This record gives sequence, structure tokens and C-alpha cells, in this order.
Amino acid sequence: MIGFLTLFEKEFLRFWKVSFQTVAAPVLTALLYLLIFGHVLDEHVQVHGVRYISFLVPGLVMMQVLQNAFANSSSSLIQAKITGSIVFVLLPPIPYGAFFLAYVLAAVARGLLVGVGVLLATVWFAELKVVAPWWTLVFALFGGGLFAALGMIAGIWSEKFDQLAAFQNFLIMPLTMLSGVFYSIYTLPTFWQGLSHYNPVFYMIDGFRYGFFGVSDVAPETSLAVVVACFAAVSMLTLRLLKRGWKLRG
Amino acid sequence: MIPAVSIVDVVKHFGSLQALAGVSLDIEQGEFFGLLGPNGAGKTTLISSLAGLIRPDSGTIKVMGHDVIRDFREARRLLGVVPQELVFDPFFNVRETLRIQSGYFGIRKNDDWIDEILEHLDLASKADVNMRRLSGGMKRRVLVAQALVHRPPVIVLDEPTAGVDVELRQGLWQFIRRLNGEGHTIILTTHYLEEAEALCNRIALMKQGRVIALDTTANLMAAHPGASLEQVFVRTMQQ
Repeated sequence: MIGFLTLFEKEFLRFWKVSFQTVAAPVLTALLYLLIFGHVLDEHVQVHGVRYISFLVPGLVMMQVLQNAFANSSSSLIQAKITGSIVFVLLPPIPYGAFFLAYVLAAVARGLLVGVGVLLATVWFAELKVVAPWWTLVFALFGGGLFAALGMIAGIWSEKFDQLAAFQNFLIMPLTMLSGVFYSIYTLPTFWQGLSHYNPVFYMIDGFRYGFFGVSDVAPETSLAVVVACFAAVSMLTLRLLKRGWKLRG
Repeated sequence: MIPAVSIVDVVKHFGSLQALAGVSLDIEQGEFFGLLGPNGAGKTTLISSLAGLIRPDSGTIKVMGHDVIRDFREARRLLGVVPQELVFDPFFNVRETLRIQSGYFGIRKNDDWIDEILEHLDLASKADVNMRRLSGGMKRRVLVAQALVHRPPVIVLDEPTAGVDVELRQGLWQFIRRLNGEGHTIILTTHYLEEAEALCNRIALMKQGRVIALDTTANLMAAHPGASLEQVFVRTMQQ
């Protein structure tokens, strides 16, 4: 237990000590998205009867939760692997389950901190009410957990920073940007609507947004089932890789 | 008495390269044991296998009777390893680094022992300095401190004095000798053969993944009268 707590604490401090870069910067990025898209579209678009700028805020919050949870676990592992400091966590008797939990929880913590930061920075520009706060929390936790576990897989798999960048740019970014952060999928042509249903991030964004407005493209129970199933599958894969020591123990 | 380390017929390949070709040896508790050989002999692979960083293809390794794979938690708790590479975590200062390492081994509130290690390794004045700001020699000392922070009975030093100045070497060996005197088993790999000659009771010479000589330092030297350990090493490798 102490080993797990220490690893969690170390992972938390790792990003907290550079929080200007790991927390403040993504908040600023989200704020810029809001200002630009909000300025251009707010007077022209309404979604689910909600002003566009209000519709946009929960999507941006969730997008930053996911991207930062991924960034935390993946960057920590790749950096430790490349510098060799990974030995400090491989030599001690930390069970692989505790290893997984510590990395995932610290990454979720960063995601949530950034998410709260985005919410605090953007709430002044939009009329927001949270009609079902538990739904927002549950989606943020499971979505963040899923991306944290994905970040672990990416960090373990990658041997160079450019491999991790490829994972991030060609998988994570498209999945999050094309998930309905900036639009409702029902504004899309039929083909793209159908395709969006195969993107698990769509369910995270949609379910998270439900917590704010009480309306969504898909029933929140369905979205939660998809997100929890994906989280369980990716977690099991990550645990299996850790148990085998894949790319960590030669 | 159970050997501190028991290695039985350990084989390891990396692709087509055979890094360990059936290594077997026992290291008794309280020994100061030298593991010597040229680059590529398999020393670091053997140490990595012992530390659980590498999984051998076959064979068994035990630390104080605990299998490093089946009973890895206990085996790792009993082992402290100073890695060969000069690695560090740039986010933390020296004291934080040692507290974190201590926590990984399940030990909180370890500051008395941490202070003692810092004192013995002449790091006390650097306790609050970030790892990035330390010289290479200082970083090496911190690696030694990290390996000792959970008071392991078996300590592995993989070329601990590479790039370290004379003063630190002397201080380091004085401290390691003290630990050995208190009953800790020390396993040392080094390219400084005069250090091995002065410190080790028993030595294994490795070449191409095999142990080609294993005896007490005195017996190895006696077999080559008048020769230094370096000369013994060169002759054995040429045989």
C-alpha cells in the first residue's frame, strides 16, 4: 500500500511541480478555442436549444480531461524509459496492479484539475447549469481513466518520442476532435453520424454534456455502458502488458 | 546457511545473441563478491536478471532463498541495486528522491537513515538540491544512496565508481566496507581491477556469457605468483 501511495504521490508531484505547463497551458488552449469558435458561431448556432457557446464549454472541459490524462501517463513512462529512470520503479516490489492504479489515478487527477481549470476559466462566457452533476463526474472519471490507461499503453509501447507523438496525433487527437466536442453529431451527414457511433469518445463527451443540460444525442445509460466497457477492456490489456513486463522488463 | 544469491543454469538470449550461456554460482551471505569481465561478458545481464529487470529464458535465481520471479516481492525487498547508467529523475531534489525510493519499498518516515546515508556519502549539503544541478559524481552518490535506502541485506554495485573522483571513491568504499562488516553481502562489478583486488573476498571472471573462473581472490592470485589481478584477468581471458 505504501509503495502504491508513494508512486501515486510521485506521479502527482511530477506534473504538479510544472503545473504552469501541465495545467495552466491546456486551460489557456481551451479558452482560446472557446473565444474563437464562440465568437464565430455563437450568434448563428443553437444545439439542443442551447446557445452554442454554452454547448461548447462541457465539450472543451471533457476534451482537456481526456487529452491531459493521456498526456500524463504516456509522457511519464516514455520519459522514464528514455532517461533510464524507469529502473527506480521497476526495482522495488511494487505489484503490477498497484503500478497501474498509481499511474492511472495520477493521470486522472491531472485531467480533472485541468477540467476544473477550464470550467472556471470559461464559465464567465456561458450560461451553464449542472442538472445532473453525478453524470458529469462519472463520465469524467471513467473517460479520464480510459485515456490514462491508453497513455500507459502508448508510453510502454513507444521507444522514441516521435512514436508517442504519432500515437497522440494520429489516434488521440482525431478521436477527441471528431467526437462532438464542437458540434452535435446530428448536424452531420448520415454516413459521418453512423461512423461517429464507433468513436468511444463521442459517448464520453455526450454523456458528460448530459450532466450539464439534461439532453444528449444518446441516452446517458447507453453512453456509460460503452465508456465503462471500453475502460474495462483497455485496463485489462494494460494490466496484462504490465504483468508480462512487455517492453519494460527485457 | 542459505546463500545470499543462488544462480542456477541461467540462460538468456537477445535475438540470436547468447548473453548468458548457463551461468551457475552461489554467493554466500556476508561476502564481498567481485563479478568481473570485459564489456559484453554478460555481467550487467546477469545483474539485471537478478534484479528482475530482465527475465532469463531458463534457469533460476534466488535472493536469500526467494525466487526473483515467483517470489519477486520478497526477493526485491532484500536487494539494493546501483545501476550502471547515470540515471535520475529531474523533478526532485536529493532528499525527495530518497524519500520516494524509500516509499517504493514500503518505508515511510525513514529520515534518520536517509540522513545517515547522506552524511556517509558526503551528500548532506546537497539534500535540498535538485538532481539536475548535481555533478556526475554527485549523481552517482545519490544512486548509491537510493540502493541503500531500504537497508537491503544484499547490495549490487554495477560499476559504481565510473566517473567518480578519488576522494569520493575512498569515502564510498569506506562506507560499503562498513556495510559489509555489518553483514551486508556486496556484489561488485567494476573495470577498476585494483579496487576488486583490494575489496573482494571472492571473484568470478565472466567471458561470453559464461563464468570461466570462480575462486577466492587469494587463490586466483596464488595461481599466478607475482601477478596483479589485472594480469590474472588478462591471462585468464586469453586462455
